[in-house]
Amino acid sequence: MRLALAGGAPMGDGHLQVDLMVEPGETVAVLGPNGAGKTTLLRVLCGLSPLTEGRLCLGVEVLDEPATATFVPPEDRSIGVVFQDLRLFDALDVADNVAFGLRAGGTARRAARREALDWLARMGLEGRANDAVAALSGGEAQRVALARSLAPAPMVLLLDEPLAALDSYQRAAVRRELRDHLATHHGPCVMVTHDPLDAAVLADRVVVIENGEVSDRGVLSDLVARPRTAWAAELGGTNLLPAQARGVALAVPGGGIIRAAEAPGDGPVFVAIRPGAVALYRHRPDGSPRNIWGGTVAAIEGYGERVRVQVAGPVPLVAEVTAAAVAEMALGVGAEVWVSVKATEVAAYPA
Amino acid sequence: MAPHRTVGHPRRVRRGLSTGLLAAVGGAALLVLVVIPVVALVARAPWSSAGEILAQPANRRALRLSLVVSGWALLLSVGFGFPIAWLLARVAFPGRRVARALVTLPMVVPPVVGGVALLLAFGPDGLVGQWLDRWFGIQLAFTTAAAVVAATFVSLPFFVITVESALRGADRRYEDAALTLGASRGMVLTRLTLPSIRGALGAGAALSWARALGEFGATITFAGSFEGRTRTMPLAINQALKTDEPTAILLSLVLLGVSVTVLASLRDHWLGGT
Repeated sequence: MRLALAGGAPMGDGHLQVDLMVEPGETVAVLGPNGAGKTTLLRVLCGLSPLTEGRLCLGVEVLDEPATATFVPPEDRSIGVVFQDLRLFDALDVADNVAFGLRAGGTARRAARREALDWLARMGLEGRANDAVAALSGGEAQRVALARSLAPAPMVLLLDEPLAALDSYQRAAVRRELRDHLATHHGPCVMVTHDPLDAAVLADRVVVIENGEVSDRGVLSDLVARPRTAWAAELGGTNLLPAQARGVALAVPGGGIIRAAEAPGDGPVFVAIRPGAVALYRHRPDGSPRNIWGGTVAAIEGYGERVRVQVAGPVPLVAEVTAAAVAEMALGVGAEVWVSVKATEVAAYPA
Repeated sequence: MAPHRTVGHPRRVRRGLSTGLLAAVGGAALLVLVVIPVVALVARAPWSSAGEILAQPANRRALRLSLVVSGWALLLSVGFGFPIAWLLARVAFPGRRVARALVTLPMVVPPVVGGVALLLAFGPDGLVGQWLDRWFGIQLAFTTAAAVVAATFVSLPFFVITVESALRGADRRYEDAALTLGASRGMVLTRLTLPSIRGALGAGAALSWARALGEFGATITFAGSFEGRTRTMPLAINQALKTDEPTAILLSLVLLGVSVTVLASLRDHWLGGT
């Protein structure tokens, strides 16, 4: 059954306006900076926050449509949620936490408990059934929360930052497990995350939300290669410049002209250039490549072996070079440099 | 640095001084308002004739009546108080501030004024009372039921405000999680909300019951002081004080003992007291 949302709801001090469609068996990652509306979107989907306009459907059933005063409350929606802060019930032991949704659905006590034990076995937590939830490690608690949400067999699964509560050591292992469990879930799955790695490993598609609106959507690798917003560009560490295209000449606001190998079509475009494709010189190189601009070093940041050099000028760019190159060129903030990019490394696409 | 020391030193002295001052003021208040009166009560108690006084049917009826009336008042306070607390804490409705003020009104109104108001409302010639009598033959004033109404009137707000603030402070995130697991509102209430505020429920019930047990002004005004019917312990003590001081002292001690015992056991059970 397909989950389809086109509507709006108030969030914080703004407004969320999203259209989103998730097919059965598909996992869509919702990416975006903090405060963009990701959590509000999940609350709308599971019914903890109502829509103020538009419509939310699961298959043919309308879950929320203010225009027709239709609202299915959260307890009547077949939507499981794994919350960022897990929200395991302290008063219940591990197995009763997992059994909670089954009991709520009317399963008899012993049957629910037995099924919960099955889930715990599947999660590799056989021995923890009678433990207090406070005794669980971060990774174990995460698995219990996932089992609790999956146990009532919801048609839709929502995950809010499913790995945020874990340390980086646990995160890789739990991410792998989560991928296997998501493969067995046959309904739509929506996962909110701020970590592009989660999206890369777990999701089929990505929707980027910024300021309460969808700013981009598609497959992650495309979004990173061809970002449309500053946030998405930063995600992939890509240079992103708005420009006006005329043929292969792309005019950027600083006054510089970038030449692309292929014309993107005249009009406003985005220009994406990988920092690794940006070459730096202390002296104007011979042979004059077509894309060459003067500039000054505005900032230098080290990432281990790699160093990112931010150059201000008619075409502001970040270049990624080796630490050795920085030393050899004696680069410092304020140094005059030449920047060059091959036309084939320039990705230009309509804005 | 020199300035640092000259600033830091007096400040430390002043803090020590203020703690001592607070202890002195608090201790004096405790002594004057609680310790000396209780000691006086115990010291003047007619221990030799205690058995005889307690055996008197009128006194036993007063004690039993007090327990019955305060028990009913507690039941009604909880029964009406919980829905009121829930509405005030969880449902946004127009006039909520006014409603909250009305609920707490009996706490700030002198009980005797409350009694007069109840009498004018439900008394024989009261606004509602005359119709109750004419249509249903119900006469509320000066009955045990009137004593219960008076006690509920004064004790209800104690339960409501204690539970309301707990409901407002309760963590809704777990209730949300339970709803997404398909739990009905009733299941959320009984499995999560009530257990999470059980301390406040106990405290509210204890405060409310203690207030009902000690109720005097509204009761004597609205229900009168009829032996065996509306003369609860406080009224019996007041009555005895005029004619039979030893009985008044002993009944006071009994009332004190009952409240202290019940509140202490509640504290252990519900409040996890220190």
